[in-house]
Amino acid sequence: MATVAPDLRRSPTRPLSTLGVRSGIGLGITLLWFSLLVLIPLSAIIVTTTEGGWANFWRTVTTDQTAHAIRLTVTAALVVTLINAVAGTVIAWVLVRDRFPGKALLELIIDIPFALPTIVAGLVLLSLYGNDSPLGLHLANSSASVYLAFLFVTLPFAVRMVQPVLEELDLDVEEAAASLGASRYVTFRRVILPSLAPAIAAGAALSFARAIGEYGSLVLLSGNLPFKSEVASVRILSAIENDNPAGAASIATLLLLVSLTVIVVLDIVQRKVASRG
Amino acid sequence: MAESHVTRHSKGPVTYLLRAFAIVYLLLLVAWPVALVVTHTFDNGLESLRAVFADPDTVHALRLSAFAAVVATAINTVFGVGVSLLLVRSEFPGKRLLSALLDLPLSISPIVVGLALVLVYGGRTGWFGPTLESGGLKIIFSTPGIILATAFVSLPLVIREVVPTLREIGIEQEQAALSLGASTWQTFWRITLPSVKWAVVYGVVLTLARSLGEFGAVKVVSGNVLGETRTATLAVEEKYLNFNASEAYAIAFLLASVSVVAIAIVSILRSREKRISS
Repeated sequence: MATVAPDLRRSPTRPLSTLGVRSGIGLGITLLWFSLLVLIPLSAIIVTTTEGGWANFWRTVTTDQTAHAIRLTVTAALVVTLINAVAGTVIAWVLVRDRFPGKALLELIIDIPFALPTIVAGLVLLSLYGNDSPLGLHLANSSASVYLAFLFVTLPFAVRMVQPVLEELDLDVEEAAASLGASRYVTFRRVILPSLAPAIAAGAALSFARAIGEYGSLVLLSGNLPFKSEVASVRILSAIENDNPAGAASIATLLLLVSLTVIVVLDIVQRKVASRG
Repeated sequence: MAESHVTRHSKGPVTYLLRAFAIVYLLLLVAWPVALVVTHTFDNGLESLRAVFADPDTVHALRLSAFAAVVATAINTVFGVGVSLLLVRSEFPGKRLLSALLDLPLSISPIVVGLALVLVYGGRTGWFGPTLESGGLKIIFSTPGIILATAFVSLPLVIREVVPTLREIGIEQEQAALSLGASTWQTFWRITLPSVKWAVVYGVVLTLARSLGEFGAVKVVSGNVLGETRTATLAVEEKYLNFNASEAYAIAFLLASVSVVAIAIVSILRSREKRISS
């Protein structure tokens, strides 16, 4: 999964618009389709929430069961994001700096959670951590299963953000630090970590956004037990099924706000990286 | 270049410790569970796979998934290449915003995607739904809805592959072609498209894998009617919950094989490309 850090800053010499007639029409069609598919439906969620009113929004997201689900989702997403920031960096480090037989296989394994259908991901995790667990771990239907599923589906994000930055890192600086007497720890802490920080932050943001909206991998694994293993997206689905679009939209708005915040943070981080480079 | 990094350092205990951590972590989280699903599928030899293909409803579900994935991928490929060209080759107000919004589908919960589509295209209370249905076009609880949901969730994948490549190749060749009298159209087909060919291929393969496996968004918009709007991923859930685990494993195995083969193709092509370019 390649990540893009688009350098879209307009250089002062370039005109505001260079669209010809044909690209103008192209842009029009593009925007029309994008609006019909993404923008109008997403704004429908906001509009439905607003139509329901503030009181309805607040009541929906503070109902015991829903509030518990939201708390579990956010807590698990935060914990998993932290684990990913550390484990993802370590794995990226091993993939870039270490050499051993079978490394290519690890590269492939990292992308599996990204490509695997989420419902299959749930089934996959059940086979090792469910009731027939060969390890004797019975995590199915517990809140721990939520953490497990989040860890699985977000695995590639941090690794794939950090890896390219690590590959580009200039080794001379590290050697200079080492030759000046810095220990490996100090070199890592003072030289390597600052260059990796933006990529780690970006990967963490992606992990968090993905985790907070996760649904498919939990269906079979967590059992969606209220007050125990039920997450926010399950609450949205029940609201839809109970013909309560305003309630569903309220929880969805909350999730959207979180996602948007994450994207803004991601964008700021990327811009900082670009301006430094 | 990765090689030169490695050989300059002597391997200390930390190296081995980190390596062991990475291997054990990936083994426990991904490799072992995936391997178990494969072995579960073949617990009774080929029996469960045979049962899957003998059940007309499951075959229909597989076919529907494949159809929706192919249509969504075709739409996203045309859209993605077009948007990438616009983003890289021209300037217009709001370009930054559009570029940021295009990534939105990757960070949105599939259930929220489904809800959003229902609110607009739902047949009863949606914004456009009732009008479209009176015109004979049923979207929600029908195949077009499944295609829309699938196209939504996999929208940015082609763009993310093509934009960096397009930026990298620059515009010299295109300008040369144009100055030699080629039309915009000829330049696109003869110069631009061939040079981003591999990026498009990666994007298509990833989109196809992602589309085939979409579950949450499809669950909301499809209505999950057996033999009509039940897709392969929905069939996995249904089979498993109805204590037919062996067939659930078999369908899961089929879906997982496609996605694993897809990412294997991409990573092999990519490492070959890297070797050629370095």
